[in-house]
Amino acid sequence: MDNSVTPQNSLVSVQNLSFSRGNKKIFDDISLEFERGKITAIMGPSGTGKTTLLKLIGGQLFPEQGTITVDGNNVHRLRRAELYNLRKRMGMLFQSGALLTDMSVFDNVAFPLREHTHLPESMIRTLVLMKLQAVGLRGARKLMPNELSGGMARRIALARAIALDPMMIMYDEPFTGQDPISKGALVHLIKSLNTILGLTSIVVSHDVHETAAIADYIYVISEGKVVGQGTPKEIEQSESDWVLQFMTGAADGPAHFHYPAKDYVDDLLSTGNRY
Amino acid sequence: MTEFLQQLGQNTRTSFTKLGRGTFFLLQTLSGTLSVLPRPRLLLNQMYSVGVLSFLIITISGLFVGMVLGLQGYYILSDFGAEETLGVMVAASLVRELGPVVSALLFAGRAGSALTAEIGLMKATEQLSGMEMMAVDPIKRIITPRFLAGFLSMPLLAALFSAVGIVGGQMVGSGLLGVDEGAYWSQMQANIDFQDDIINGVIKSIVFGFVASWIALFEGYDAIPTSEGVSRATTRTVVNSAFSILGLDFILTALMFGDN
Amino acid sequence: MQHTSTQDTFVGLFVASGIVGLFFLAMQVSNLSSFTEHDSYTITARFSNSGGLKVKSPVSAAGVKVGRVSAISFDPKTYESVVQMNIDSQYNTLPDDTTASVFTAGLLGEQYVNLEPGGSDDYLKNGGKIEITQSAIILEKALGQFLFKSAEEKK
Repeated sequence: MDNSVTPQNSLVSVQNLSFSRGNKKIFDDISLEFERGKITAIMGPSGTGKTTLLKLIGGQLFPEQGTITVDGNNVHRLRRAELYNLRKRMGMLFQSGALLTDMSVFDNVAFPLREHTHLPESMIRTLVLMKLQAVGLRGARKLMPNELSGGMARRIALARAIALDPMMIMYDEPFTGQDPISKGALVHLIKSLNTILGLTSIVVSHDVHETAAIADYIYVISEGKVVGQGTPKEIEQSESDWVLQFMTGAADGPAHFHYPAKDYVDDLLSTGNRY
Repeated sequence: MTEFLQQLGQNTRTSFTKLGRGTFFLLQTLSGTLSVLPRPRLLLNQMYSVGVLSFLIITISGLFVGMVLGLQGYYILSDFGAEETLGVMVAASLVRELGPVVSALLFAGRAGSALTAEIGLMKATEQLSGMEMMAVDPIKRIITPRFLAGFLSMPLLAALFSAVGIVGGQMVGSGLLGVDEGAYWSQMQANIDFQDDIINGVIKSIVFGFVASWIALFEGYDAIPTSEGVSRATTRTVVNSAFSILGLDFILTALMFGDN
Repeated sequence: MQHTSTQDTFVGLFVASGIVGLFFLAMQVSNLSSFTEHDSYTITARFSNSGGLKVKSPVSAAGVKVGRVSAISFDPKTYESVVQMNIDSQYNTLPDDTTASVFTAGLLGEQYVNLEPGGSDDYLKNGGKIEITQSAIILEKALGQFLFKSAEEKK
């Protein structure tokens, strides 16, 4: 296969990563590569720690084992200032948008510029309007975050994420809870930002169709393991039960419909316990 | 029994862990001070929401507390024919105790709970996390200015409370009950000491402002990021601040006024 | 970051009123205003009993405050109380045969030093001593004597 990811060309590389929360193992020795300039998707059922993975890449959480390198830097070995410098080159789009609620749309997009640069206000204005134009919301600059719909908030957050012209963007569930039109808008945006700006994109999602439409490479994760990987076509033709269940949305399969419990009949007949 | 002991041990450990986290948080907050100073705008915005918005409740409460003191003090003192010392009584109670303590309690209820809710909601809506990913330290950018604002506003609020209260006591004492106005002020001036009473009262309010702001911000920052978690944290802020303020008041009073 | 000038004005008003409050407490409520030391000179007086006199108690002459008590100590040799007073230098014409007595303002009020000028032509200077003193009247003692006397008279 000539389209398999080679470590040499990857911007973000996750190696032998293990992470657990409490007693629950979220990642069990997984390795992932994210190629430069491509859209790589992480898919999997809810609760598989997809957001956790992004936080690990961003250096907000520490792994138990394994290393994560971003652009040649081991994220968890960096000193604080170095990590912050690296983060300036990493954009992240949170599921909720994470807009600062006490600032207008304009100030939100201007926020990273004001914090990290000493540009004059007139130049900041130009930059902000350019970013807002890119997401199609230049007209909404005076609104406050509580006046925005979910889809608009996400697009504003995207404008903010690209304010500092980062080398990569991490999208945390960008399509969840969106109506078809905003989904379409976001799909278009992610794709066009990727091609126009040459960004490396990591998309975490469980929306099969939207993700498959834009991704160059897909990892399917379940129960802490990579259960399938490949281009969208390869994933569709996969024979793995896991991948099939996920892609077709079957209720029962390797991921069980029932939460682990003892035998149904025994459970109904047993008495004496309150639960 | 073992279960009880285990639970007790567990709880003790949890509280110590929390105290440790709180101390670490305080140190981080304080270390952000230098990065706030070049940006007075951040501090000014917070002085508004912490100080100015508490202004009304503090002054009105101060006025009423002073008026009640004037009334109660008059009835007690007139039994001994010592109405002239009403001013001393009102001023001493306000400057030494009620000013710093009551205004700190009001501050915890008004500004402290608002701070906890604000920070907790910022955490719940991933704003703090988002800021971190934008390479902006939320402690320096969000927490430190609020802490400094609380810490600076508290002595001003307490002074206002006492000043308004003393005038309120005078209004009731000499306006309604006929205590001689000159005696009210002159007795007060003769007996209230600048060093022992006023300065000590200001020190108290600085300590209370420090502790109340710390608790409020830490509870918000440490809240479980859900709506329930934030509402619980807000309650804890008010309860823990009240305990700390009253406990510290006892300790400070014993230290300051003990050898008189 | 909505910083409006109204907000700034309110913060300014708040800080100003807080400072005015502090100033009010310092000047109007406490003794700071009368505490500002003018030039003064020190004199001492020895009392066999200075009663409830304290540091900062007022010193007055003819009912007018002329100074403050600055230190009180016990002389272990003579068993007397040594009271040091700071007198405003504008009152520099107190005769050296002035009498000092410890009085009480009202029946239960605070105690103060009363200076009764004598007739000498020489004035008290810095470090001067007042020779004639009258100790504090101890209420219990006075009452005791009074009761004792009246009991004797009845016999």
